[in-house]
Amino acid sequence: MQTYVSTEAGEGVDEWAAAKTLVKPPDQLELTEAELKEEFTRILTANNPHAPQNIVRYSFKKRTYKPISYVDQMAVHFSLNGNMILKDSDEGRRQKIRLSTAVGSHCSIFLQAAGEEEAEESGTAEVAEAAEAEEPPPPRVKEQKLANQFNFIERASGTLNNPMRWEIYDAYVEELQKIERSKEKEKTKAQIAKREEEKKKGRKLTSLESQSDDITKISKAAKIMERMVNQNTFDDIAQDFKYFEDASDEYRDQQGTLLPLWKFQYDKTKRLAVTAISWNPKYKDLFAVGYGSYDFMKQGQGMLLLYTMKNPSFPEYVFSSESGIMCLDFHHDHPYLVAVGFYDGNVAIYNLKKATSQPSYKSSAKSGKHTEPVWQVKWQKDDMDNNLNFFSISSDGRIVSWTLVKNELVHTDVIKLSVEGTTMQGPEGLQLQTLGCGTSFDFHKKIDYLFLVGTEEGKIYKCSKCYSSQFLDVFEAHHMAVDSVSWNPYHLKVFISCSSDWTVKIWDHTVKTPMFIYDLNSAVGDVAWSPYSSTVFAAVTTDGKAHVFDLSINKYEALCTQLVVAKKKNKITHIQFNPVYPIVIIGDERGHVTSLKLSPNLRRMPKEKKGQEVKKGPEVEIAKLDKLLNLVREPESKAEK
Amino acid sequence: MTLIAEVEETLKRIQAHRGVVATMVVNAEGIPIRTTLDNSTTVQYAGLLHQLTMKARSTVRDIDPQNDLTFLRIRSKKHEIMVAPVLKTANPF
Repeated sequence: MQTYVSTEAGEGVDEWAAAKTLVKPPDQLELTEAELKEEFTRILTANNPHAPQNIVRYSFKKRTYKPISYVDQMAVHFSLNGNMILKDSDEGRRQKIRLSTAVGSHCSIFLQAAGEEEAEESGTAEVAEAAEAEEPPPPRVKEQKLANQFNFIERASGTLNNPMRWEIYDAYVEELQKIERSKEKEKTKAQIAKREEEKKKGRKLTSLESQSDDITKISKAAKIMERMVNQNTFDDIAQDFKYFEDASDEYRDQQGTLLPLWKFQYDKTKRLAVTAISWNPKYKDLFAVGYGSYDFMKQGQGMLLLYTMKNPSFPEYVFSSESGIMCLDFHHDHPYLVAVGFYDGNVAIYNLKKATSQPSYKSSAKSGKHTEPVWQVKWQKDDMDNNLNFFSISSDGRIVSWTLVKNELVHTDVIKLSVEGTTMQGPEGLQLQTLGCGTSFDFHKKIDYLFLVGTEEGKIYKCSKCYSSQFLDVFEAHHMAVDSVSWNPYHLKVFISCSSDWTVKIWDHTVKTPMFIYDLNSAVGDVAWSPYSSTVFAAVTTDGKAHVFDLSINKYEALCTQLVVAKKKNKITHIQFNPVYPIVIIGDERGHVTSLKLSPNLRRMPKEKKGQEVKKGPEVEIAKLDKLLNLVREPESKAEK
Repeated sequence: MTLIAEVEETLKRIQAHRGVVATMVVNAEGIPIRTTLDNSTTVQYAGLLHQLTMKARSTVRDIDPQNDLTFLRIRSKKHEIMVAPVLKTANPF
């Protein structure tokens, strides 16, 4: 029935009140009121309305037609014939056999018709059996799929996210670790406790939610972050360090320059002078700086800082001591052990692996410390009992070997530097000997027992570890104290020495007179051979300049003389070459350490013949110069072209 | 120095470094535990960066489960955001 409302267009206000008349279709039944109210009942039954209700059957017994009481009420709405066969029926079994033998090399084709003849059945069954007998039992189609936590997916429990590959990996790794741990439990219990603690720090926080948010977990992340922030701040320096090669060296006619890179300073060492620098043998970016004072009157405390080039603003390790540190040395095989010599004559070993700021082992007045400042320490090879040992030299004229035996430092006097011709007769017939003051020493790289000692009197003694009372040789080297002696890293006979008498001298240890003498117009604080060439060395002077020489290019002059320290009041004390990178670090009296990059001219490698590393100069060229320079042999290499 | 004191000092140094605007420490659920910013900004940054770091880390590890994310840097026109996640696997430093 359709109805629609029509409104008469008329008075505006009363439009909505206009009567609405219903419109009826023409064939609608007209009923009276009474008829409209009449109720009709409808009953729902399960009877099939289409089923016949008066089916009759002929009954032979009664010989009449009888109505059937019950009529089937089922109405089929939809039927479909399927093609599924029972597994255990004949046809099903036949199909199974057929499938399993289809893998074999020969296959007999079975008819798959729905209605199968009996004759064929028996025939095929026999063939199937034969096939089975011939071949070994065919491989199972699929092994039972094992359900584990990763691939068991039930429709009810499946979630959207498939587990990540790495979560699986993590779970397996954890399992492995658990197994390992249970194995280790049989060995030691203490070890397990340590390992579990370490793992706790790396484990996800959710598993340890009961613990408070421990900030120590981010120690490594904080370290990395600090280094990255520093890298950002000093980005241009880092780029220079890595990639910058001064192109103007080509036009500079063999002169080179030193490019200043990072500057390392620490506020607590502002009043201290750098007294020792050394690179770590294992980590090529880590170096140790010892702080103390060269001034006799102004002795204060000392510090040992370890910096890394990756973080120029703050040292990695900080150790402080009561007395100024004068020298330090890293152990070659154990790069976490640092031997240190103090101004008060003590020596100590710091262990970087331990978190304390105190040395692990320290000498004392009882254990034979020196009576004067220790000027140099050097680690030696482990002795026959595999104990660590190192040598120290001091102004009190003794060279002492310290051995670490059962957590204690045991000392042995190796040599006493007696000055010749000064034995005096003391009271009661005692022989007194004045001792020279040793200021530096260096051990030969190949010949184990051979070493050189520089003294305050300016002499250099060639000594042997085996002879404790006599020297092998004496060189009248300098007029003032010998500040540093160093064997050439390549040539086995050459060494260099520098002194406060403004000179640097290069020697052949078989010849009494120096090969080369360089006057640098100011007291020379330190000299160092470069690790990449046998003819390159650098010296620093107290007027703040660094001089770099290359004997193969220029025998008389420095290739580079550069003012490194800004203020003239500042003196440079030490210099060291980095073993792998082309940089040097220079320490000064204000506690600053500056790193500089060597320009290409200072790093020129002569062409090597057949990959020879050890450079030994040809005698012919040398002989020519020998005649000019007091029969001196030049131990450098020249490419023979 | 104890480990806690060292870590606190390192964080202080980072914050005092030239050019550093703010620092934040976030735990594994993404809840900030230390910050130098105001609350609303901290919460916003923590939530966003946590999601991004998780996504980056799962990307790296999905490609090779033995690998792991060590550092994340986002450079934009105005600033640079650096994220150092805490590694789950033991890492020789």
